[in-house]
Amino acid sequence: MSSQAKAISLRIAQTIPVLLGVVIISFVLTRALPGDPAAYFAGVMADANSIEATREALGLDKPMIQQFFLYVGDMLQGDLGRSISTGRPVATDLAERLPASLELTLTALVLSCLIAVPLGIWAAVRQGSWVDHLCRVLVTAGVSLPTFFTGVLLIYVFYYLLGWAPSPLGRLDFLYLSPPRVTGFYLIDSLLARDMEVFFASLRQLALPGITLGLFTLAPIARMTRAAMLTALSSDYLRTARAAGLGPRKVLYGYAFRNALLPVVTTLGMVFSFVLGANVLVEKVFAWPGIGSYAVEALVASDYAAVQGFVLAMALLFVFLNLLIDLSYALIDPRIGFTEK
Amino acid sequence: MTTRRTLLKTAAASAATLPFLRVLPARAQAEGSLVVVTGQTINSLDLHRTGTNRASYQVAVNCYDRLLTFGTKTLPSGELSFDYSDIQPELAESWEVSDDGLVLTFKIKPEARFWDGSKVTAQDVKWSFDRAVSVGGFPTVQMAAGGMTRTDQFEALDEETFAVTLDQPSKLALPDLAVPVPFVINSAVAKANATEDDPWAMEYLHTTPAGSGAFKVARWDQGQQLVYERNDEWVGGTVPALSRVIVREVPSQATRRALIERGDVQMSFDIPDRDAAELDGRLKVNSTPIANCMHCVALNTNFEPFRDPDVRKAVAYAIPYADIFQTAAYGRGRPLWDGAETIEGTQWPRPFPYTTDLAKAREHMASSGFPDGFDVPLSISLDLADWMEPTALLLQEALAEIGINAAIDKIPGANWRTQALVEKSLPLHLENFGGWLDTPDYYFFWAYVEGNLFNSSNYGNPEVETLVSETLHMPMDDPAYGEKIRRLFEIAIEDLPRIPLYQPALNVAMNGAAGYEFWFHRQLDARPLERVSA
Repeated sequence: MSSQAKAISLRIAQTIPVLLGVVIISFVLTRALPGDPAAYFAGVMADANSIEATREALGLDKPMIQQFFLYVGDMLQGDLGRSISTGRPVATDLAERLPASLELTLTALVLSCLIAVPLGIWAAVRQGSWVDHLCRVLVTAGVSLPTFFTGVLLIYVFYYLLGWAPSPLGRLDFLYLSPPRVTGFYLIDSLLARDMEVFFASLRQLALPGITLGLFTLAPIARMTRAAMLTALSSDYLRTARAAGLGPRKVLYGYAFRNALLPVVTTLGMVFSFVLGANVLVEKVFAWPGIGSYAVEALVASDYAAVQGFVLAMALLFVFLNLLIDLSYALIDPRIGFTEK
Repeated sequence: MTTRRTLLKTAAASAATLPFLRVLPARAQAEGSLVVVTGQTINSLDLHRTGTNRASYQVAVNCYDRLLTFGTKTLPSGELSFDYSDIQPELAESWEVSDDGLVLTFKIKPEARFWDGSKVTAQDVKWSFDRAVSVGGFPTVQMAAGGMTRTDQFEALDEETFAVTLDQPSKLALPDLAVPVPFVINSAVAKANATEDDPWAMEYLHTTPAGSGAFKVARWDQGQQLVYERNDEWVGGTVPALSRVIVREVPSQATRRALIERGDVQMSFDIPDRDAAELDGRLKVNSTPIANCMHCVALNTNFEPFRDPDVRKAVAYAIPYADIFQTAAYGRGRPLWDGAETIEGTQWPRPFPYTTDLAKAREHMASSGFPDGFDVPLSISLDLADWMEPTALLLQEALAEIGINAAIDKIPGANWRTQALVEKSLPLHLENFGGWLDTPDYYFFWAYVEGNLFNSSNYGNPEVETLVSETLHMPMDDPAYGEKIRRLFEIAIEDLPRIPLYQPALNVAMNGAAGYEFWFHRQLDARPLERVSA
């Protein structure tokens, strides 16, 4: 047990140089981007003088090295700086928007896993059957339909034409107040507050964007499940298992699926972190106040602190996720341990 | 039919018995509330803050009062608009201008109260004006346009009397007090929340307005919505008919359109020209030409060929005006070409007397110093791509006809201002300046005087500078005014540093809302709105 704890802390220690690199690169890159935040934020009627005054007020007149150390110093105290466009600490902005994105992304992933994994298994087992073809069609559609298109299409059909879906107005219709904040996830918070009406309202708001994103993430997961299952099914150990007279259920789930799970979990991790940053289009279409649209707006406005905060948050999340995936490997396959090299 | 309705019923029915959580739902549906969607995001509740964006100006309009405001007029199209020529009181009860035009004295309405019940005093006005000229950036520039630059120009004579002393008489001073910038803040509340580093309480007022305006902010979820709630004690004008206005931010155009068409929201503010053209007839759509604003092609004099008057005329005759107006603006707005040859009146923006005439364009090219044409980048801003991109493509095609090879150069929004307006380094580009104060001299001041921000063509002409400085502060009924302005028009038409294309429109679609008024600041004024059955 203690050796495992040691191994985990070693892994965490390994992430420090990664984070350091991220901090430096994000700092340099944001400033290397064309665009002058002082000119942008000085407003429509600003002249050279007021731009200069704005630059001073934003602290951008200092040398870059000094700016960097100020930034790192603040960061070590937990202060990510202040976004110029929202006028609030970046940490507050992220804390508000990250749960929105996570809630959407996780819902989409759960949804797509529920469909993609059984579909992939089934397609592999019944190779060439109609299930396999259905799987192929879904995968192709999921990959080739851009999310904003699926989103607009779903809104058109289910909201505009049929009127089944609620107004695509973000996380909650204006009829409801957001539940008291505990986790930032509306579904969880509303349950904690025992407010079923808000729970169902946020669930309904989540449905369309969740399906949109789910369709998109379904493809790689189904594809990977099918491929991994095919490899596992044609392996020697499975033939041995079958020859030993084990039941088909035990063979399929106990041996084939468990072995196929490794690449699936890896894909899942990659899809998750990719989608979290890339679902900005879905966020825009459904007016979802998520982290993707925040980052894009910050980038357009050259809002340095906000961009850096976003990159850092994503890096942290990514590192954490990788750790989680590595740990789950050990659970899935006991041969992979955390013994020191 | 829709689940929304059934939900509403339950919400309304349970409102009486359930705790606070249900209060908003029940009241949100009351007759007196209205939902507006917009694609822009409100990023601050304080206009004076550095970094506050355009969309946030509406908070200054709806939640704060100024001393003065503009009246309302009905345009020939039947749409309502602010009336620049009709200055009306808001917080001021009356005002006087001294005989030399230098001292403006205002009597503040004695019954005026801030939201917290305290009296609106001249000291509050002084503190707010001091703030506007001191914080720098946009508010300070806008105050300077009305001749107000220093705090010693403002004086609270007694509790209800406030005076502004100008350095020179100016017709722009009074109108400049009716723009959103010089709003009156509850200085006691602000000072209580000011710190040594932050004497103007920027931090506090950024999220917590403290005013006397027609609406209070009931709720602000940044990046999502702003909920206005009526101030029943408002004395600045007629108390609004709506008790609650919800401004919801929806970035996607397609989604906004679905919402307004379904009637789940009553107003979609600032919709694209294309949607306006398509929705017109099915919904109520207002497309008001934006006062003192035009979309134009700017020719930079720091680029050799554009110093040749024949080249500039050739460009003016080559532009496919009608195609651009239809493709880029879907016919919303007002054409600014094919105008009368003789100049009468001082109306601005005005159609220039040019039309699409390739033969004439070729003639001018042939007699210019560049008969074989030349290469030039045609710069557009990606932030304004919805009209600039189609315009640039049509322009590129037309210019090729007269031997000018224009390569389209797309510039990201954050760089656009720097390159186009501050450095003024773009040879050929599109421009969209609009002046808040609606007089031609004000437009000329910003766009035709050398060194000024919106003169992105680097145009310099001593005669223009003299005429602008003479007319800028001159009353519009001065007998010399009209003639000088007409001379300015003549020069602009002849010299062509910027070639007008059309006057753009601000489009608003309504489905169950009425009373909308266009304002030069191009933001939602929620005060005159009301609900009608769709």
